[in-house]
Amino acid sequence: MDKGKRDFLKITGACALGLSALPLVKATAKEKGPAYINIPKALQGKRWAMVIDVRKCQEQQKRGECNKCAEACHYIHNVPKIPNEEEIKWIWKDTFEHAFPGTAHEFVPDELKEGPFVLLCNHCSKPPCVRVCPTQATFQRADGIVMMDHHRCIGCRYCMAGCPFGARSFNWRDPRPYIEKLNYQYPTRRRGVVEKCTFCAERLGEGLEPACVEACPAKALIFGDLEDPTSEVRKILKEHLTLRRKYELGTHPNVYYLV
Amino acid sequence: MKIYDAKPILVGLAIFLGITTFPFWYNGGKASPPPEPKLDTPVISKMEKKECVASKDYMRKSHMALLNEWRTEAVRKANRYYVTAGGKLYPVSLQRGCLKCHSNKADFCDQCHNYIGLKPYCWDCHLSPQEKKTTTQVAEGE
Repeated sequence: MDKGKRDFLKITGACALGLSALPLVKATAKEKGPAYINIPKALQGKRWAMVIDVRKCQEQQKRGECNKCAEACHYIHNVPKIPNEEEIKWIWKDTFEHAFPGTAHEFVPDELKEGPFVLLCNHCSKPPCVRVCPTQATFQRADGIVMMDHHRCIGCRYCMAGCPFGARSFNWRDPRPYIEKLNYQYPTRRRGVVEKCTFCAERLGEGLEPACVEACPAKALIFGDLEDPTSEVRKILKEHLTLRRKYELGTHPNVYYLV
Repeated sequence: MKIYDAKPILVGLAIFLGITTFPFWYNGGKASPPPEPKLDTPVISKMEKKECVASKDYMRKSHMALLNEWRTEAVRKANRYYVTAGGKLYPVSLQRGCLKCHSNKADFCDQCHNYIGLKPYCWDCHLSPQEKKTTTQVAEGE
């Protein structure tokens, strides 16, 4: 076959033209069939984060002990109430010293000392728990959420050793007898798996904000996308000085504290 | 032909045969009743067109494969809804999807699973509608 340079270029051009029509063909040829989708109202982000306004939380506490965020979260996710060292927690309150061990000193303002600081999984951008998980049971979603797939968890607890925030709890026993009121819309866990906050991934898919954010009467928890310059969290971070827990460890936590 | 120590040998043989054939004569040749998964839940009986997320044949043979796929899509790929071939929308969830219609675990899932002696560990974590006694079941299954 004798082909000159001119023919070669012609064929190349024709091929390129044909390829460029591929997306069009794909779009029209797409048959209607079973598909996995997200509903339009689902909340989608690129890097989910939370700002916790400690002053607002404190004001609420002055009006009487408030634990609504933890109550809402723990009910919705069937988190058991087990006392002492087998405790399982997704979101909890602690003092300044415990939340920020590197930052606290003896002259910290009295009103800050006791907090309370609402603590939860920081959904780090560089999560050590994900790096150490041998089965990829814990992994990072595209939107930044550090998620647990309990089906894969083998209970080795490497992630608990890896997490510098103590955000993970291990089920030493069957948790069901310790759940006061079961939520039948969400599974429980079984003995031998690790669990933690998931930023309410299942609620985001329904277009709802995390349960703690919704439950907070003081609106002290603010949830949003850090990659979205117009989001409220970005606005707060731009206008105020915020703290992150143990940022020096380089895990890039995504929960910010406004003090 | 003479068997040495015939008495204890024959007795022992009889006992051995008795034990090994125990399942056969204990059940007396009756076959256990075939499973009858029931579809008479309130939600299903209200449906105009009784249609699952896939064909009955596929679901019967491969529901476990579909469940695995759903798990991967919902948990790992964050796709929380499923559009069936018929265009119906279902949440990709065992508890909020499957069990919404099939709210009769004992008369549906357990029918076949018990028949073939299968104990799927779904129920270690996933809750079937208002079955408060699951706690003890999990403890026994462990």
